[in-house]
Amino acid sequence: MSPLLAISDLSVTFVTERGQVQALDGVSLSLNAGETLAVVGESGSGKSVTALSILGLLGDSGSVSNGSIEFDGEDLTKVSVQRLREIRGNQIAFIFQEPMSSLNPVLTIGTQVAEPIWLHHKKSWSEAFEQAGELLQRVAIPDAVKRLEDYPHQFSGGMRQRVMIAMALACQPKLIIADEPTTALDVTVQAQILSLLKNLTKEANSSLILITHDLGVVARYADKVAVMYGGRVVETAYATELYKNPQHPYTEGLMASIPKLDGDPGSTLYTIEGQPPDLSNLPSGCSFNPRCPHAQDKCTMTKPTLAEVAPNHKRACFGYER
Amino acid sequence: MSDNNILEVKDLQVHFPVTEGLLKRRVGSIAAVNGVSFHIKRGETFSLVGESGCGKSTTALSVLKMQSVTGGQIIFDGKDITQHSPGQMRRIRQKMQMVYQDPFGSLNPRMKIGSIIGEPLRIHGLAGDKEQYHARIASLMKTVGLLKDMAERYPHEFSGGQRQRICIARALALDPKLIICDEPVSALDVSIQAQVVNLLMDLQERLGLTYLFIAHDLSVVRHISNRVAVMYLGKIVEEADRDTLFRTPKHPYTKALLAAVPEADPELEAQRAEQLIIGEIPSLRSPPSGCTFHTRCSQALPTCKQYEPSPRTDGSSTIACHLYT
Repeated sequence: MSPLLAISDLSVTFVTERGQVQALDGVSLSLNAGETLAVVGESGSGKSVTALSILGLLGDSGSVSNGSIEFDGEDLTKVSVQRLREIRGNQIAFIFQEPMSSLNPVLTIGTQVAEPIWLHHKKSWSEAFEQAGELLQRVAIPDAVKRLEDYPHQFSGGMRQRVMIAMALACQPKLIIADEPTTALDVTVQAQILSLLKNLTKEANSSLILITHDLGVVARYADKVAVMYGGRVVETAYATELYKNPQHPYTEGLMASIPKLDGDPGSTLYTIEGQPPDLSNLPSGCSFNPRCPHAQDKCTMTKPTLAEVAPNHKRACFGYER
Repeated sequence: MSDNNILEVKDLQVHFPVTEGLLKRRVGSIAAVNGVSFHIKRGETFSLVGESGCGKSTTALSVLKMQSVTGGQIIFDGKDITQHSPGQMRRIRQKMQMVYQDPFGSLNPRMKIGSIIGEPLRIHGLAGDKEQYHARIASLMKTVGLLKDMAERYPHEFSGGQRQRICIARALALDPKLIICDEPVSALDVSIQAQVVNLLMDLQERLGLTYLFIAHDLSVVRHISNRVAVMYLGKIVEEADRDTLFRTPKHPYTKALLAAVPEADPELEAQRAEQLIIGEIPSLRSPPSGCTFHTRCSQALPTCKQYEPSPRTDGSSTIACHLYT
C-alpha cells in the first residue's frame, strides 16, 4: 500500500532581513491512511513549517527549495494554486493552536462551519447549515443547533476548539493536521479535545498529524512519532518503540528531562545543556553536536542522514557506544 | 502562629465587582478567591494547582498585595500585612519577590541585563557604592548560571531559558525569604524546563528559600513541591503533602486532574482507563450551588447540590468533599 502522504527530502527556505534561513533541511516523513503521526520538537525545530508547507501556506517569504510532498498521488509542491485551494479544507484540514484567533469574530459559528461544506461540496446553503448543526453535535457541543447562531466570543476556549474540529471534519478530509491544538487549554479540557479528535478521525478513517511539544500527549495519542531538531527529522519510529528504545541522543535527553509522575521527586533532573539552535546560524555538521554528550569529531563536520537502526525505526546519528 | 511558618493565609477573599452599562453601575461581584486558607513553612515549596480561572494566580498576587483583598488575613513572617499601606508593603516586598510566567513580557527591552538585575537594589536604596553594586550583580548572575559579561547585553539577545534566569536573579537581588513563582517553566521549551527546575531547587537548597509555586503541569509540581493544594473555583478542595496527594488523591477533582495528565509512556497510557472529567470549569459569575464541583463530579450525591462541604483534616490531608465527611 502506498502511503497517503509521503514527504521526501523537503527543504524550505525563508528570506528574512538577516538573509536566507533554511527552516527545513531534507525532511522525509510518511503516513498511511488512518494513522496518527506526532511531530515533536522545540520552538524552531521546523515542526510547524513542515505542516504549513504541506498546505502551501508558507507565505511570500518562504518557499520549497527542494523535495516533494506526495499526497494521494499528487505532488503538492507542483500543483497550481487553484488545485491547492480545492485540496485545502476539503481533503486536508488544519486545526490551529489558537482557537481564539482562527475563528472570524464577526461571523456566526454556523456560517463558519457551513462554509467549507457549501464551498467544496456544492451543497445549498440551507443544507450546508443543517449539516453544520450535525457536526457540532458530533463534537459534543451542548444545544448544538441553537448555538449555530452564536458568535465565537460566546464560546469558551475548549468549545471553540471543538468548533475548529467540526470545521476540520466538515468535508471528511483524508488528512487532518493539528498544530498544538490543545496548548492553550487546561489539561482536563485537553484530554477531552484530544480524545474527541482521535475518536472522530478513527471513525472516519482519516489520518492525523499532531504537532506538539508534549511527550505525554504523544504517548497517549500517537501511532508514529517523528522527532525534529534544527529543521531536520532526527528520529522516527512507532510510539511504543520510540519510548522504550530511543536511539537519538536528543530524543533520549528529552525523555530523561521530563519529571515523571512515578519518578523520584526532588532529584536533579537530567538536562540537555545549552539552548535550541538558531536556524539562521546552525552549527556545522549535526546541529545537535554542541549539546550532545556523545559528540565526536565527525559530528561537527558531516550531517548524519536518517538511516534505519531497527525495522521501522530510523535515526540521524553517527551512533555511539551506549 | 508558629515561627515555623513564613506565610499564613486565613480565609482569604478576593472579590471583583461586576459592572453593567455606560455608568459602570455595580450589579454584583464575583468571588475569584473565596475563603482560601493555607500556610507555608520556612524552606519548603508549597504549590497551588488548578485550571485557569481557579484563583491560583489571584491568591499569589494577594499575598504580595498587588491585588486588593476583600477579606481574610495574610500573615507574613509573623506580621499581619493585610492592612498594610503601599509604603509599608514596599519594605515587606524586599522579603517576597515574584518570578513570572512569561520571561519575554517581564523584562524591559530597553534596559541592559545588569541594570535589570540591579533595579531592585536601586529602588530599595541598597545599591551601595558603584563597586559593591557591580559586584553584587556579578555574583547574582553567577548564582543563576549567567556569565558576567552578559550584563551589558539586552533582553532580546537571550533565549527563553536565559531570560527566566535573569528574572530569577532579579528576584534574588534583595535576599528574599519567599519567592512566588507563577508558572515559571510553562513558557519554556521542554529541554530548557529541566534546567530551570534544577536551578530553582538548587537555589532553594543553597539559599534556604521558600517557594510558593503556581503551576498547572502536575509532573513538575510533584517533582518540586513538599505540599500541594488543589484549587477549584476560588477554593482549596484538597491539600496534602506531595506523596499523599499524588499516591492517594481523595477529592474527585484531584483524581480527575491527575488522570487527565498524559504520561510520557505509551504502554502505561494504553493500560490507563481514560476517565474524562466532563464539561468545563463553570463561570464564576454564577457558580454552582453547594459543592461547586458537583456539576462535573462523577460521584456527586444529592447533598452535594445543596450544601457546601466544609474542609476536614484527615491525617496529613485536608479535603472539602461530602464523600469524606
